[in-house]
Amino acid sequence: MIQFVKNLNGKALLTAFAVTFLMLILIFLGSRNLQNFDAALITYLFGTIFAVFGITYRYTVWLQRPPTWMYFKRGFQIFLKGKIFSHLWFVSKQAVLNIGFQKFVYPRGKFRWLAHFFIAFGCVTAFAITIPLTFGWVHFVFAPGSFEIYEAHFFGFKVIEFNLGSITAFMTFHALNWSSYLVILGSLYYLRRRLTQPGVIATQNFESDLLPLILLIIISVTGLGLTYSYQFMKGFAFDFLAVTHAISVIIFLIWIPFGKFFHIIQRPAQIGALIYKKEGEEMGKAVCPHTGKEFDTKLHIDDLKIVTKELGFNFEKADGSSYLDLSPEGKRSTLAKAHLDARLKDGNLFG
Amino acid sequence: MSSDNLYNPSQEFFVDMQRCIGCRACELACAECETNGQESMIHVNYVDRAHTIQTTVQVCMHCDDPVCAIVCPADAISKDEYGIVHSANTERCIGCSNCVQACPFGVPKKEESYDLMMKCNMCYDRTSIGKKPMCATVCPSGALYFGTREEITEMRPRSTPVNSFIFGEETVSTKVFIMMPKGSKELKVF
Repeated sequence: MIQFVKNLNGKALLTAFAVTFLMLILIFLGSRNLQNFDAALITYLFGTIFAVFGITYRYTVWLQRPPTWMYFKRGFQIFLKGKIFSHLWFVSKQAVLNIGFQKFVYPRGKFRWLAHFFIAFGCVTAFAITIPLTFGWVHFVFAPGSFEIYEAHFFGFKVIEFNLGSITAFMTFHALNWSSYLVILGSLYYLRRRLTQPGVIATQNFESDLLPLILLIIISVTGLGLTYSYQFMKGFAFDFLAVTHAISVIIFLIWIPFGKFFHIIQRPAQIGALIYKKEGEEMGKAVCPHTGKEFDTKLHIDDLKIVTKELGFNFEKADGSSYLDLSPEGKRSTLAKAHLDARLKDGNLFG
Repeated sequence: MSSDNLYNPSQEFFVDMQRCIGCRACELACAECETNGQESMIHVNYVDRAHTIQTTVQVCMHCDDPVCAIVCPADAISKDEYGIVHSANTERCIGCSNCVQACPFGVPKKEESYDLMMKCNMCYDRTSIGKKPMCATVCPSGALYFGTREEITEMRPRSTPVNSFIFGEETVSTKVFIMMPKGSKELKVF
């Protein structure tokens, strides 16, 4: 226990406490001093608070790693230097394409992309609906003097109103069901892939790759089951479904910082890597001394020399020249030439 | 990785790039590896095309302290209990190419359309069930060999397997061996 406390990262702990505290203040304000808070959702609230604390802690620990910090620092330096609107446009466009639509999955397989998009869209919409509801930020009331018109309030302010029985009402009240269908379809596709493809089977493991899919399916099926139970089955097994749904959602929330779902939080770093590459290209290319060809940005190679040294690797000679100035092909050829020299020195090309 | 693992630690990988004849059979075989999704991960390139037709072949050397994994800003590369350094985790890799440029053996490839790093993982779909990597099963000249230490000693009596490489001030030790003149302890590359 003492060792566990000693191993905790001070900066990350402080940041996690600060962010969680800020979130609690926002819950208090957004729910109008808890008057709009839905007490039935209290277990979800505790799960979310733990998730926010854990996510912030892990994210801060992760940022402190030298290569991550270098990209984070450079990303902001590049973003804030000069053409800020041009950068804003580039970042927004890339965020929509890569985070919103996950376009990089498409070349790996059309159905893989569709299934991933279904899961991602389903999860993001479910987060966007349930988190504000859990925090008491969103609540629904009848319009004053009416039992026909329903109003949605956000942070206590009216946002929209709609007639009960309208298509808007149907779509809004069942929004989480649409998310569930998408998540189930996407998860089943990936589950099938993980159970049938030999390459995936060889490198996957249960807790990192199969369990997240099973958990998503349990959450979505029990969530859908709640609607079906009260609408079509006279409340049959409602308590069982409600408890199973709550437990599975809370496991999901608590597990975000530790498992596969952390990539939802981590992935936007890809946008930082893209702007780093784009701006680096304008600053100049690195030329391999062996092939004589450009192979990367000079910014990247120079930063990598700093990062590798910080991590305890020194690829430099005493004269200051660095092995990292060679392109990957240059490195392979240098190795082959060194091998040839050793063989020639021995007098036999083949041993 | 899969719990019913049959990885055979007595079988090791031995590379002798002077034996590479540039036939590229290994490239085609590599693309059959199920873990790569039909992408070839092995590298065959001319050493110095202006002066010689010599080619070299390069598989992942599976470093004991893999610099690719350590410079990865997204924690996407992992090494397992058998010393296999795995290709980037698809959901974590952000396609930054740190590993591509930091690897002293020039192994990881960035697949631009996937925005993903991919590399040789010693045909884990095969080695994890006791089979040999695809490239080593098709190499006609013995540049790539996968077998026991006794077998390679008998086949190459004038050579010693070496897995220690010097790059500037850095000494890198690996799981994969390069066949060097008998009695060699290391290979100074740079």
